[in-house]
Amino acid sequence: MKTIKQDPSRSDSTQPNPARRIFLQGLVAGGVMTALGLNPARALAATGKQASPVLHGTEFDLVIDEMPVNFTGQTRMAMTINGSIPGPTLRWREGDVVTLRVTNRLKVSTSLHWHGIILPFEMDGVPGLSYAGIAPGTTFTYRFRVEQSGSYWYHSHSGFQEQNAVYGAIVIAPASADRVAYDQDHVVMLNDWSDSSPEFIFNRLKTADGYYNYVKPDLMDLIHQSEKMGFGAAVEDRLMWDKMRMSPRDLSDVTGATYTYLMNGITPSGDWTALFRPGEKIRLRFINGSSMSYFDVRIPGLKMTVVAADGQDVHPVTVDEFRIGVAEIYDVIVEPASDQAYCIFAQSLDRSGYARGTLTPHADLRAPVPAMDPVPTLTMADMGMDMSGMDMSGMNMGGMDKQGQSMNGMDMGSKPDKPAMNGMDMSGSAHQQMPGMDMNSQSMGGMDMGSKPAKPAMTGMDMGGSTKQQMPGMNMNGQSMGGMDMGNKPAKPAMAAMDMGGTTRHHSPGMDMSDKSTPPAMPGMDMDGAKNKPAMAGMNKSTNPMDLPGLHNRNLKDGILKIDWHPETEHGVGVGMKAQQVSMSLSDPGAGLRNNGRKVLTYGDLRGIDGPISDREPERGIELHLTGNMDRYIWGFNGVSYRDAAPIELKYGETVRIVLINDTMMNHPIHLHGMWSELENDQGEYLARKHTLSVAPGHAISYRVSANAIGRWAYHCHLLYHMNAGMFREVRVV
Amino acid sequence: MNRHISFRTQAAVFAMAFSAPLWATTAHAETAYATSDSGTYQAPSLAQQRADVATLAAESARHETHNPLIYKVMIDRLERDYTNKGNFTQFEGQAYIGTDTNKLWLKGEGKRLGGVTQDADIEAYYSHAIAAFWDAQIGARHDFSAGKTPGRNWLGLGVQGLAPYKFDTTATAYVGSAGRTALRLSSEYDFFITQRLILWPGIELNMYGKNDPERRIGKGLSDSRVVLRLRYEIQREVAPYVGIQWTKKYGQTASYARADGEATSDMQLIAGLRLWW
Repeated sequence: MKTIKQDPSRSDSTQPNPARRIFLQGLVAGGVMTALGLNPARALAATGKQASPVLHGTEFDLVIDEMPVNFTGQTRMAMTINGSIPGPTLRWREGDVVTLRVTNRLKVSTSLHWHGIILPFEMDGVPGLSYAGIAPGTTFTYRFRVEQSGSYWYHSHSGFQEQNAVYGAIVIAPASADRVAYDQDHVVMLNDWSDSSPEFIFNRLKTADGYYNYVKPDLMDLIHQSEKMGFGAAVEDRLMWDKMRMSPRDLSDVTGATYTYLMNGITPSGDWTALFRPGEKIRLRFINGSSMSYFDVRIPGLKMTVVAADGQDVHPVTVDEFRIGVAEIYDVIVEPASDQAYCIFAQSLDRSGYARGTLTPHADLRAPVPAMDPVPTLTMADMGMDMSGMDMSGMNMGGMDKQGQSMNGMDMGSKPDKPAMNGMDMSGSAHQQMPGMDMNSQSMGGMDMGSKPAKPAMTGMDMGGSTKQQMPGMNMNGQSMGGMDMGNKPAKPAMAAMDMGGTTRHHSPGMDMSDKSTPPAMPGMDMDGAKNKPAMAGMNKSTNPMDLPGLHNRNLKDGILKIDWHPETEHGVGVGMKAQQVSMSLSDPGAGLRNNGRKVLTYGDLRGIDGPISDREPERGIELHLTGNMDRYIWGFNGVSYRDAAPIELKYGETVRIVLINDTMMNHPIHLHGMWSELENDQGEYLARKHTLSVAPGHAISYRVSANAIGRWAYHCHLLYHMNAGMFREVRVV
Repeated sequence: MNRHISFRTQAAVFAMAFSAPLWATTAHAETAYATSDSGTYQAPSLAQQRADVATLAAESARHETHNPLIYKVMIDRLERDYTNKGNFTQFEGQAYIGTDTNKLWLKGEGKRLGGVTQDADIEAYYSHAIAAFWDAQIGARHDFSAGKTPGRNWLGLGVQGLAPYKFDTTATAYVGSAGRTALRLSSEYDFFITQRLILWPGIELNMYGKNDPERRIGKGLSDSRVVLRLRYEIQREVAPYVGIQWTKKYGQTASYARADGEATSDMQLIAGLRLWW
């Protein structure tokens, strides 16, 4: 049994200044510490072990109790499992029947939910759906057969107890040999701790929009923006957001202003540490067990090979960085070859703080902690805005983005010719829909669309979704319009007729953009038009995954879904905005990670080793719009909060396609209990099994669910306060 | 109550099924899917699971989500106003309690000059969310009497919320006795200089449908208040501010003021505190 150490060296209590707080928080190394008054960082470094105890076997006794902890210099009460934060790591074996006796020593009801575990719904641990919860002073016994392997986690599903630290990791050894070879493995659990009570946080979210947001667009942002795009355009951009009563900096509802980010229950200054011998293969099991925080994770100096997503093995993909949504899990292999220390750096999406740890060959050797990246700024595309027909006069989209994200340097019509852009659909972040199309600053300079009389030619041209498949290697990089090879296929002749605006600075040999004689060919040019279709044949799959009964928005072209239908319930006080068109492409790393010079994991990189649960194609679709009102802090699906919603019913044995359309400005990690969410690409092709799918703003995501588990299953946004504010449904399979 | 009990029964069924003879007195303990011997563990049958779904659904059991009673008390202005003709203290505040969509909303303001409270009123509304950013409010306003200025009562109907371009806006129409009508508009904006230093302009306009000589109020646009403040949020809840304020009377209201030997326009330097909790 662990005991709690009250840190004597407090005094540096929190300061109001958030910038300072980021550094001050976490002066105290760990909340729940081993006895003997050891400096926990040192103790850990000495052992190279993680803070939480590890329990093996098939019989487990877990006790949830209240305990004082101290992460910030202030003592607070937390709820712990067996006296540690995180709770003990449970090591199971595939095929075993596990018995977990969970005793509640709290004054309130509690529960434990086994996140991502396939089990009978009676064992799922969701109060009100699968059982009544665990009353104070009682013990509930969970019992089920472990049917899977990999990294998972468990947490309370009662009230706000996740925020109070009722969580822990699960690691399940495969019944046969592991597909992945490694010399040692570590759980790396990321959490967000607040000294404020969750009730207080929820109250502030409800009554004071932006209470924890200290990156609102301010004067300095306006000045920086003016330097890039000119004062007029900067003001225009600001007004555009203000007009919609939205903010390009609505990144996280709860931030480092109150959170101390933890790695395995240890603050940044505590520095969770694992020892290695150079040349070892280390498996790191990253689990985002936080309540509200997305993290961007990297280990400077080390490549990470992602071998599993949400516990399920994927074909290895090597990256520099990945974004991990709340409740998501990525297993990575790292192979530190040299005799040096490495920093495991997990910065929060809004850059308000970070969790960190160290991989080191020597307990006293530390790695420098990198500076946090600039604060991301959302674009209109992240809002799901349809930019066609929008007057882009003088609007440099690149300037909107401090980091040179999607539309960097794209100057759409600083000349009197923007009418020429009418109908041109640049919607969605150009970045993801034109993966091969390099739009960095020089490039669009080259693509000066219509500074000369040729531009009427652009009318109706749909560039919106020139996806990889369609325009492989299309490179609009200034110098090299030649790279815009739309041909090497018979399509070329057709495209050659495409006049992109006459006397641009950089002409394309492969595609003559200045051929004045051809403009008539352009008006109404439609890549999918009958005329061009033969030429483009084979580039576009004929099946539209959205063409299913139950789905309403079927206008999916080149990864861009036009939203011309919203549920009739999607109106009123719970709906702050609606998307006009969203990207279904899976190759966008997300705001703040685009074009950062690092290889960032995207969902499009995931290729599950195990195939779809069922070979059956989905028979019907369920279209759900993720909706919310930031101002009132009401969240829901289709504009309806859980309390007013009927269950979503699935027939046992059927396969459905669920399409989630994000009508908000936030990322939502959507978790379905009891059954796998089988991620698909925009062609309806299976990619990987996940238990939590993050839907970025300006995006939609589609996945299939094989309804192979009878029960009342929870289905919700895993942002704790979104869930509690109504973004929750029961999925009933009978 | 009933539901609670049946819930416990359900829990007991599971608990008993797995753990102990302690529970064994409860009747329908026999579930096919759980015995205490791990070697003979069997997952629940489909029939059993369907029965469990039906049982729980019949109890209308729901997962808990939170729709707490929310409240907020806002001291929007607690300030000292300095003019070359003397100084005074002003107060303006509001408070609400309720749910996401239905609230009881109180507002009040007043001015204290030379030990006398003036221009004080209090308003109480039922406030109902009608749109994403707007509440409709219906209620009453009472203007307090002061010295020989009589009090007035009004029925109020208005909207409060966030207008496009993020203007925090209230517009209320009033109907009083003797055919009196009035309209009050106010709007504020936050411009973030830094994350804590905020330029905070505001405007308030009052209009009346007929002359009210007893209160020295004339028909039409009667008075305006334009204020430019700079507040510093020590915490979100605690923000001292300084600013400059222009007040002006118009039309017949201005005529009354002139007749009384009062100024029709004035400028004040203000220093105050904004608080909420």
